[in-house]
This record gives sequence, structure tokens and C-alpha cells, in this order.
Amino acid sequence: MHITEELSERHVLSITVTNEAGILAKIAGLFTARGYNIESLTVADISDNHQVSRITIVTNGPPRVIDQIIAQLDRLVPVHNVADLTANGPFVERELALVKVAGTGEHRIEALRIADIFRAKVVDTTTTSFIFEITGPTDKVNTFIGLMRELGLVEVGRTGIVGMVRGRD
Amino acid sequence: MSELSGAEILLQCLVDLGVEVVFGYPGGAVLPIYDVLYNHPTIKHVLVRHEQGATHMAEGYARSTGKPGVVLVTSGPGATNAITGITDALMDSIPLVVITGQVATQLIGTDAFQEADTVGLTRHCTKHNYLVKSPDRLAHIVHEAFHIATSGRPGPVVIDIPKNVQVATAPYERPDLSNHVSYRPQLKADPALIEQAAAMIAAAERPIFYTGGGVINAGPEASTLLRELAELTGAPVTSTLMGLGAFPASSDQWLGMLGMHGTYEANMAMNKADLIINIGARFDDRVTGRLDAFSPASKKIHIDIDRSSINKIVMTDLGIVADAASALADLIAAWKKAGHKAADLEEWWARIAGWRARKSLDYPDGGAEIMPQRAIADLFKATRGRDTIITTEVGQHQMWAAQHYPFDAPNKWLTSGGLGTMGYGFPAAIGAQMGNPDSLVICVAGDASIQMNIQELGTATQYRLPVKIFILNNEYMGMVRQWQELTYESRYSESYSDSLPDFVRLAEAYGWTGIRIEGPQELEAGIRQMIETPGPVMVDCRVAKLTNCFPMIPSGAAHTEMLLDPSQISGTLADEAKALV
Repeated sequence: MHITEELSERHVLSITVTNEAGILAKIAGLFTARGYNIESLTVADISDNHQVSRITIVTNGPPRVIDQIIAQLDRLVPVHNVADLTANGPFVERELALVKVAGTGEHRIEALRIADIFRAKVVDTTTTSFIFEITGPTDKVNTFIGLMRELGLVEVGRTGIVGMVRGRD
Repeated sequence: MSELSGAEILLQCLVDLGVEVVFGYPGGAVLPIYDVLYNHPTIKHVLVRHEQGATHMAEGYARSTGKPGVVLVTSGPGATNAITGITDALMDSIPLVVITGQVATQLIGTDAFQEADTVGLTRHCTKHNYLVKSPDRLAHIVHEAFHIATSGRPGPVVIDIPKNVQVATAPYERPDLSNHVSYRPQLKADPALIEQAAAMIAAAERPIFYTGGGVINAGPEASTLLRELAELTGAPVTSTLMGLGAFPASSDQWLGMLGMHGTYEANMAMNKADLIINIGARFDDRVTGRLDAFSPASKKIHIDIDRSSINKIVMTDLGIVADAASALADLIAAWKKAGHKAADLEEWWARIAGWRARKSLDYPDGGAEIMPQRAIADLFKATRGRDTIITTEVGQHQMWAAQHYPFDAPNKWLTSGGLGTMGYGFPAAIGAQMGNPDSLVICVAGDASIQMNIQELGTATQYRLPVKIFILNNEYMGMVRQWQELTYESRYSESYSDSLPDFVRLAEAYGWTGIRIEGPQELEAGIRQMIETPGPVMVDCRVAKLTNCFPMIPSGAAHTEMLLDPSQISGTLADEAKALV
């Protein structure tokens, strides 16, 4: 007997929640308990009275499962709203990465040139290393890190993405 | 304003919320609460013998009265022992409020004595849970917990109260809960969807109502409305294990329970239907059998109070999020307003009559041993006309009770469906008896299940609760043995109930009456004696040991591949089927 899996799609979910202890564990735990995937997860307080946080989760699964994830999140008591940015039309997504590259000579010059093309900023430098700060959609960050890998990549830190629907609403 | 201690606030909340009974067990971390409970004028405390018992008692109380069940246990082992019952309540949507003691706030996280991360442990087996860090928050949380437990899709809510919060003081005022910031369950259906549903039912040639525990949870009026709608449409009705009693088994439109051990007519009608109207059921795997063969030709309407139940397992054509009672009332109104008339279902009923003629619940009888099905049928005969509540443990006896004990009213059938918890039935019977002192409460049990919470014999004795336990004793974990017979060529690995106690003497040791029924000639008189004996009675009814529960849809099979009798057993299953529960 073999176990088969269905084809997945990537979705960005934007969830507003009451900012209370244990809410992140509740949401992350829901994903593990029901066998859903988390590609990235970010969370921060977004209201001036510190009552509401926004959690952005990148997940993947067949459409049926995505629908379930949204319904399951929605019925948690502290969840205010769940928006499927991927399904709700065009949206902006950004993540930030810090990328440390070490090297000298041609590699060092090439790293700086590529950073310029990607509009990555140098936020720290020594004579043998840079830390670049790069912002953009996940694809762009992935490509940049991939190129840096050939030029002496030492360390990467990424925030995971935040997203927002385009337009007024 | 004078201040109350956290423990006093808690009790005042319970009084204000109309709580009459608390099932609990004291311990270090709840001593301040127990001190306020001491000689309490209105709240009755039922001292259990194990915290799991408390949770099932609260479930039995809730399911039979429609009120929330309340549990009070200590920190650490008190809380962890309660978890099985909490999970059971989550799976079967039973409103419980479980109050757990916790070590003082400054000790949390230090591995203090009897410390457990109760909020962490119960996060995924509760509808919601709270750790109360200040007595100022307590009143609001307790009131909100009851609201959440009982509204929308009901479920268990845990309130973890550190010991210092029970002692510290705060002013108490009855909180205003009118506007919850995020919790607003949808009770009323979208009228357009209701009209569409009514039109679909009117146009169907082979409709069937498939109803579940949601109809029971929506209150007795939902059952009345279901009867009215069924009558208006003329369609047949089947129900899940959890929904039994919502529709009268004495009605001509009743097809019996569906699913793994459902009737042939119910499952065949589901398979051949052109429209399924699911009200308050969730397409559980015990019901659907093999999914790709589940009711292939039908359109599906699904009415559920929980949006996540819709399209979770079976894709529906029309999903309606609503409370069952509200949706049924709206459907009836829409049906009448549109002037729909019951369609001519004569041909459909003729096919159903053909399936009924297979008499799938029949069993061979008249031998030297008591057939377990006969024992249940005789139990029904003997209790007919009385106000009877039946609870069950989990296993073959549970399925036989579901098949052979017909119910005509809701809230009379208490069983563990989703979680399938052995040890549920007996404490549930105690809880039901607490809530219904004048009812005849009978726990139908198996010899193995009854031992899982048998310590509660003392609880029934202490509170003079006249519950009856009717054990179908076949000296096996019968359902496990049956699956081993079907799937593993009768290799009965660890399913023999060795070293059983003498149930009669055990009963007597606790001050109960014990009765043994050994053969068919003793059955009727034994059951009568059980009913007529005042006080609690345990009956050890010796039944045929190797009887299997039929009909049965083997796991991984379709409704049409139902086994009706032992001659159809092959003795092996493909790996794909073995891998399913």
C-alpha cells in the first residue's frame, strides 16, 4: 500500500486576532493538529490600544483544504477575521531578509553589483563581509539568496511575509 | 463596593448563571473554592471517584437536560484526568464548563507540585479556554465561558484558576456580555439559500433527510420542526448515532440509523437518493463509508451551525450555516410560502419497501443462549411507556442498543459518538439521573467498558441515585474481537476479558443490588426485577459470546457493500481497508 497526496496551491492568509496570551500557540497548533502546512508565519500588534494583532500565514494545500483552514481559523473564539489574500484578487506581499556574504576580490565586487540590481541595502560591512538588507516578494528574496550562495553566503535571516490587498479597501 | 474573593466570585457567577449541580473532586489547588462550596445553600456538589467520571457525568447531565454541565477539579492530575471527557464533549458538541485549579501565578512555569500546563494541554480539546490571572477578570470570564459553551456549536470550555486568584479579592458585578468582539455564531440562515433548499426538496424524486446531533442540540423544538417538515415533504428520515430520538422511530417515515451498523434501507436509500438533506450531521466516516462511493447520484444540502463542517468531507451543492431549529422553521415557512406540495414519492417508497423487506436487523433467536439483540429488545419492551433514558458505553452493546432500542423523543439517548469513549456510559447515567431524578436511567454496558469507570459505583451509592447498569457480558471486548474475526482471521489478540470480577458481588460490595441473568428463560424476569428494585442495580446479563453486530459496512467499503449476516465474512481485508479505523 502507498500513501498518495493531492496537488497543492500556495495561499497567503491574513488573520486579525485578539491580542491575548496563547493565541499564536492556538493558531500554530491548529495547523499541526489538522495536518496543515505553514510556509511562513508573522505576527505583530497592529492596533493603537494593543488589542488586535495581525497574523500572516503562508500555507499550501489543495483548494478544499485551504477552504477548511479558513473555516477552522474562523471558528476560533479570539479570531476576528480571516482574509485569503490569494483568493481576494491582487495583493502586495513583502518580506525582509538579512543576508551575510563573506569574500574578497571579484566575488565581493560581484555581490555588491548584484545587490545594487536587487536594490538591496548594505547595512553592515567589514573588509571581508557585507550584510545586505533586501525587501520584496518571496521570489525576489529567494533569487537574491540563490545568487549570493555562489558568492560566499554565510547566514540568512528572514521575516516571513506580510501582505495586503491592493486598492482602497 | 465590598469585595469578594475569587472563589466567592466564581460561586456567585455559578449561582447567577443558574447552575444547580457541580461534578467535582477536591485537591490542593481548589481548596479555596471547596471552602466556599461547604454547605452552599443552592449549588449541589457531586463528589466523583475519578475526574474522568466527573466530565462524563457533566456530559450526561447536559445531554439529558439541555443545560451546561459543570465540572470542578484540581490542578495537575485533576486536570489531566478530565481531558478524555473534555475531548469527548468537543467531538459530540456537548456544552461543558470545566473549572480547574492551578498553582499560584508566581509558581506557574516552575514545575511546582501538581502543576500542569492545563491551558496548553486543553487548547485543542476545548472550544475555548482561559487562564485567569486576576480576580478582576474572573466574573467576565466565567460568564463568557458559559455563553461560549452553550451558544453556536456547543462545546467544552476550560477555566484555569490559579490558587492565589481564588484567594485574592475584587468587586463583583454581573458582567454585560452583549457585544463580543470576535465570537458571533451565525444562527439565522440566509433566506435565499432556504428558498433554494425548499425548491430542491420539492423537485426531488428520491429525497432523504439525514439528521444528526445538531438537531438535538438545537433544543426539543428542533425535533418537533423536523417532524413537521418530514410530514410536509413525505420524505424518509435517517439519523446518525448522535441524532437518535430527534425523529420518532415509530413513524412510517423512519428508516433507522445509517452508517457502519445502520439499517440496509437507510444506507441503500442514501446510496440511491437524488437529494440528501443533511441537518446537523457532519458526514462522519462511520456514516459515509468509502467516500468516492458515497451517495454518488445525489445533490446534497448541508445545514450546519459550524461552517467548518460544510465541505469538510463531502462537497455539498448547497451549504447553509444556521442553527438547526432556526433553519427548520425557516424551511417550513419557505415551503408553505412558495406553495410547494409533497412530490409523488410512491416509486421511491416502493424501492425502500424492498430494502426494508431484507429485515437487516433480524438475528437468529430461540437457542440456549441469550442473544444480545434479544436482551436489548426485551429491555425496550419492559421500559416502554416509562420515562426512560438510555446511556451506553462503547462497543457492540452500543450498536445493538442503537439498533434495537427505538427512541421517540430527543435527549433520551446518551452515547459517546465521535470520540468513542469506553467508560462514558455509566458516569453519564449518573449525571442524567442527577438532572432527571424521576426518570428511569439505564446504562447499557459491555463487560469491558463498564470496568473503565467502575469506581463511580460509590458515587451513585453516596447520592442514592437509582441508576441501572445492564451489562451484556460476552467476556470479550466484543467489537475488537469482531474486527479481528473479520480482518485478522480470528486471531483474537488481547480481546478476551480475562479475570472478570463477579459483577453481582461487586455491586453488593458497593451497596447496590446485583442480579445475574444466565439464560433466555431468566431474561424477562431479570429485567423486570432490575426495573422494580429501588436504588441502583447492576445486572450481569450473560449473552452469546461470539455474536457479531450486523449489518455492517466494513471499513473502506461502500454502502452497497453491506454485510448482512455472518456468512458474508471473508476473514481478510486489503491493506487499504486495514489502514482505516
